[in-house]
Amino acid sequence: MLAVQGGFQRHVEHLREAGAEPVEVRLPTELEDLDGLILPGGESTTINMGIEKAGLAPAILAHHEAGRPVLGTCAGMIVAGKEHLDLIEITTRRNAFGRQLASFEDDIEVEGIVEGKIRAVFIRAPWVESTGDGVEVLAEVRDHPVAVRQGTVTALSFHPELTPDNRIHLWFSELCAA
Amino acid sequence: MLKGGVIMDVVDADQAKIAEEAGACAVMALERVPADIRKDGGVARMSNPRMIKEIQDSVSIPVMAKVRIGHFVEAQVLQSLSIDFIDESEVLTPADETNHVDKFEFDAPFVCGATNLGEALRRIGEGAAMIRSKGEAGTGNVVEAVRHMREIVGGIKHLTTLSSTELPTAAKNLQAPLELVREVATAGWLPVPVFCAGGIATPADAALMMQLGAEGNFVGSGIFKSDDPERRAKAIVEATTHFNDPERIAAASEQLGEAMPGIEMAALGEDGRLAGRGW
Repeated sequence: MLAVQGGFQRHVEHLREAGAEPVEVRLPTELEDLDGLILPGGESTTINMGIEKAGLAPAILAHHEAGRPVLGTCAGMIVAGKEHLDLIEITTRRNAFGRQLASFEDDIEVEGIVEGKIRAVFIRAPWVESTGDGVEVLAEVRDHPVAVRQGTVTALSFHPELTPDNRIHLWFSELCAA
Repeated sequence: MLKGGVIMDVVDADQAKIAEEAGACAVMALERVPADIRKDGGVARMSNPRMIKEIQDSVSIPVMAKVRIGHFVEAQVLQSLSIDFIDESEVLTPADETNHVDKFEFDAPFVCGATNLGEALRRIGEGAAMIRSKGEAGTGNVVEAVRHMREIVGGIKHLTTLSSTELPTAAKNLQAPLELVREVATAGWLPVPVFCAGGIATPADAALMMQLGAEGNFVGSGIFKSDDPERRAKAIVEATTHFNDPERIAAASEQLGEAMPGIEMAALGEDGRLAGRGW
């Protein structure tokens, strides 16, 4: 669990409930030997700077290149995209749905990750502006992709940790264990 | 999503950019930092909307602004500017000595100061989406923030030890809504994030508040009243992230220049204290 800045605490609690053993990552050495990595929501500029200052980028790339899963949520989607860590071939638009006042919730289907609908909380959320060839779009809201996957990297515009529904964390924990 | 981050007071677009580049997760737009409000005296009010708009246009991180306690029209004005957070703040001169703003009337989220658990729960009961310690703004002295954070965290711990039959009396003593008291007793934490504010001047101050249970920090005068705001802003962000890592805090604290000059609490007198504003 990347813990440079943002809403990592609720992710940690959800992962624990899902039976995983979450570790907070603030330094490169803390990422060694972990089975998966979540990039949380927060302020993407702040998180990107924190990654740079702590020298975390090479460790995250090595984790990714070793085929270990990565999940980015909200700002974590931006951080995972082409403009930053480049783990997934997407470009994103920050605060795409508007400022804090324009935050909203919606019940959406996320193909291949959860059965049926899931409540998605969008807070100053980004959307996916463009996708490369290998990127699957798993969900759209207002005609913009809000959930995408390429290989072992999944990115969501919303905050799955802010609702009691634990299915996304269960799915990710199983993916990491596999 | 501001948790784990630092929210910095800024008075113009240039300072806002410095704050953003230093890694602030949000900025608080105000006309004077608390140290200057203290020095200048007079009535401190909501900032000029034009200045707030200029700051909104200059950064991509969230922008907050302050309203006077109870001044719901200042809050309406800020909401009309699509402000990201409204701080109903004791740093400004109160507009109503009996009532706080009914924050449920607004779509924009509110942050409010508190000196203890009862006050925090009263603000949440009025609709606050975030609580911060009041501390003593503009002093560069962290002692009051420590007191308030310990009061809040200690109060929560105490509630978790009570049986359900004891909670109504606890709510009465806290002067807080019983439903919220029950919720906190069960969850062991407030239903909203708790940040620290009021007196942080050094990276070690910022890390101290995180270790005491704050989920993030507001820094006002501490940055732009110091010798080297840019470097100090970065160092305080670093210390807030790596709050359990003394070596990194030490490294961040080197070559910072002078911190803002501090004020000893006894020198303020009762009238000089801002934390007593609000009820």
